[in-house]
Amino acid sequence: MSVLTVSNATKSFGKVTALAGASFDLEAGELLALLGPNGAGKTTLIRAITGRVRLDGGEIRLFGDVISGGQTPSELGVVPQDVALYPLMTARENLQAFGRLQGLSGKGLAEHVDWALEHTGLTDRDAEPIGRFSGGMRRRLNIACGIVHRPRIVLLDEPTVGVDPQSRDRIYDALAGLRATGVSLLLTTHHLEEAEARCSRTIIIDHGKVIAAGTLPELVDRTVGRHRLVTLRLDAPFDAAPLTRDSAIEIDAADPRVGRARLKDVGLELPPLLERLHRAGRLVEDIDVRGPSLQAVFIHLTGRELRE
Amino acid sequence: MLTLMRIAWTNLSRDRVAQAMTFLLPIIFFSIFALVFGGQRDVATAGIRVALVDEDQSELSRRLVDGLKKESGLRVRTAGGDDATGPALDRAAAERLVKNGDVPVAVVIPRGLGDAFGQSGFGGGPAIVLLADPSDPIAPNMVGGLMQKVTMTAAPDLMMQGGMRQFETHAGALTPQQRAAVDQWIPQLKPGATPGAAGAAPMGVTVQVVDVMRSGNQRGSLVSFYAAGTGVMFLLFSMVGAAGFVLLEEAESGTLERLLCTRIGMSGILFGKWAFLVAVGFAQLTVMFLWGSVAFGLPLFSHLGGFAVMTLATSAAAAALALVLATIARSRAQLSGFSTILILTMSALGGSMFPRFLMSETMQQIGLVTFNAWALDGYLKVFWRNAPVWQLWPQVAVLSGLAVVFLTGARILARKWEAV
Repeated sequence: MSVLTVSNATKSFGKVTALAGASFDLEAGELLALLGPNGAGKTTLIRAITGRVRLDGGEIRLFGDVISGGQTPSELGVVPQDVALYPLMTARENLQAFGRLQGLSGKGLAEHVDWALEHTGLTDRDAEPIGRFSGGMRRRLNIACGIVHRPRIVLLDEPTVGVDPQSRDRIYDALAGLRATGVSLLLTTHHLEEAEARCSRTIIIDHGKVIAAGTLPELVDRTVGRHRLVTLRLDAPFDAAPLTRDSAIEIDAADPRVGRARLKDVGLELPPLLERLHRAGRLVEDIDVRGPSLQAVFIHLTGRELRE
Repeated sequence: MLTLMRIAWTNLSRDRVAQAMTFLLPIIFFSIFALVFGGQRDVATAGIRVALVDEDQSELSRRLVDGLKKESGLRVRTAGGDDATGPALDRAAAERLVKNGDVPVAVVIPRGLGDAFGQSGFGGGPAIVLLADPSDPIAPNMVGGLMQKVTMTAAPDLMMQGGMRQFETHAGALTPQQRAAVDQWIPQLKPGATPGAAGAAPMGVTVQVVDVMRSGNQRGSLVSFYAAGTGVMFLLFSMVGAAGFVLLEEAESGTLERLLCTRIGMSGILFGKWAFLVAVGFAQLTVMFLWGSVAFGLPLFSHLGGFAVMTLATSAAAAALALVLATIARSRAQLSGFSTILILTMSALGGSMFPRFLMSETMQQIGLVTFNAWALDGYLKVFWRNAPVWQLWPQVAVLSGLAVVFLTGARILARKWEAV
């Protein structure tokens, strides 16, 4: 069941077209990744969903109701890309402030604050001014402030930007915990491997349009196909081997001992290749077999790296 | 070195605020000071407002009244009504005009002056009284001097008659005793001679200056003038700084965006920020006046009601002004630059740096467009004129109106942060 539906959303700022007919659905309880290069329209789309951008055309429905610009629905929790917190206040004070602004008070506020602290793993640091917090802890508190009113949908704009891998894991653990309670999450990220590993579905947006959407296998099937990339490292350059003429292998320009081959069926095609190398007197020092990545899909669709 | 100069020049040429601070602000200040202090002659010719009471109704007093009315440096008012109509002023009404700040000085020609002048000549009889507001130190001195001039020019025949009688009185047949009397009198006519007990001028009329404003703590009352002037100027600076912090910094850090995603909305945010700034401004002025009370004897506790009303109205308007400036600015640096120019200009024109009575009539009228002038007038009414709270209504009304206008402007301009 779709909890959020974006249909043919268009928005221009002067001569700049930010959204050019973007459409997608967010299903109940899913963690959906929104990918796109800089300037693709991700933030405009997020802001339109929060009501902070009025669309020129199209519509956004939240639980079936059309969102009108200017007011953020209370079912939404918003986690901005900036760490938008009051640095001289403690974690608990920040949460209390944003909780009150969401209409919470009294015992209910205290319960929500405790829940948000626990969910983001900050309970034991709740009384400290956040000036002492690490980048990862601030990011988690940033999330906590966006979910303190227990929204049914959470929008996260680059929630892991600038944090170390351990902190990223903790953030995704917190998001997984939220998802387990039935909350639907939509996040933008520059970390393709995160989207690949942590999200149930991915949307790729470019030039204000959704150019692909689906699970990773679906995207792979539709784009680069299910080839495996096999990387071989030999004890000597490929040039000296008869395999040089084998058009299936691309020799690395920087290191001639390294070659790569795309194999449809690794089990069937790799053994004969290794046999040929052995017969040529080459020692295989290393083998790496990789499935098609989201990065490959992304480059295939947009023609560029995500960080461009 | 040339490279560094080129970098600095490029930065300056692209920073309009820095250009304004470097070139525009000094010109603005020079112009204001030139208009205020370079135009002192204009102040005199513009005319000092004087209330004139003729209790004597003698030939001499009528001539003095006519002479004073002809003085281009004075704007004489002899009737009670604002339009110079109505019954003739008496001493009490004239004193009220001074105390209310309608005129800086009132001249009272006392009963019996004409008779005494005819009998004893120079310096004889009751003194002409100048009822003065010493917050304007120029007016009483100028009017006193003009009194002497008018006495000399308006009644030369009467002076001569008095002088002859004085000669007969003092010289007579020039007996040894009379010679001694003349010898005793002559030195009193010499320049620099010690005047009589009431401040008599030996060759004119006796003028007595009466301060009608300060019956209690004189030093403390004067301190209030400076406390208000300084306090209002720094209130504006601190309000603008705080507005930059609570609005622009929040916009830059992203918390404003987050606040706008809650239920409060932009109107609620602005009102909340304004209420906070008003409270801070009230506390700031209270601390300043408390210090004035403790350290300089400012009579705060005997004027608490008026102080509270004026401080609330002033803080409300200052906070609203700061918010509208913050919504105009694109960054804290820009806010700091143009608000500095605006606040210093308003403070100079509005009387925070030097009293407005030093300015020409035109400049005083221009000063009324500033926030400072109304605030200072209110504080002067409270601490200097001991006005009851209800008499503060013009100042409170203007400051409240300004607060509403500024808040409305801030709300309109804050739409830039709302949904686009």
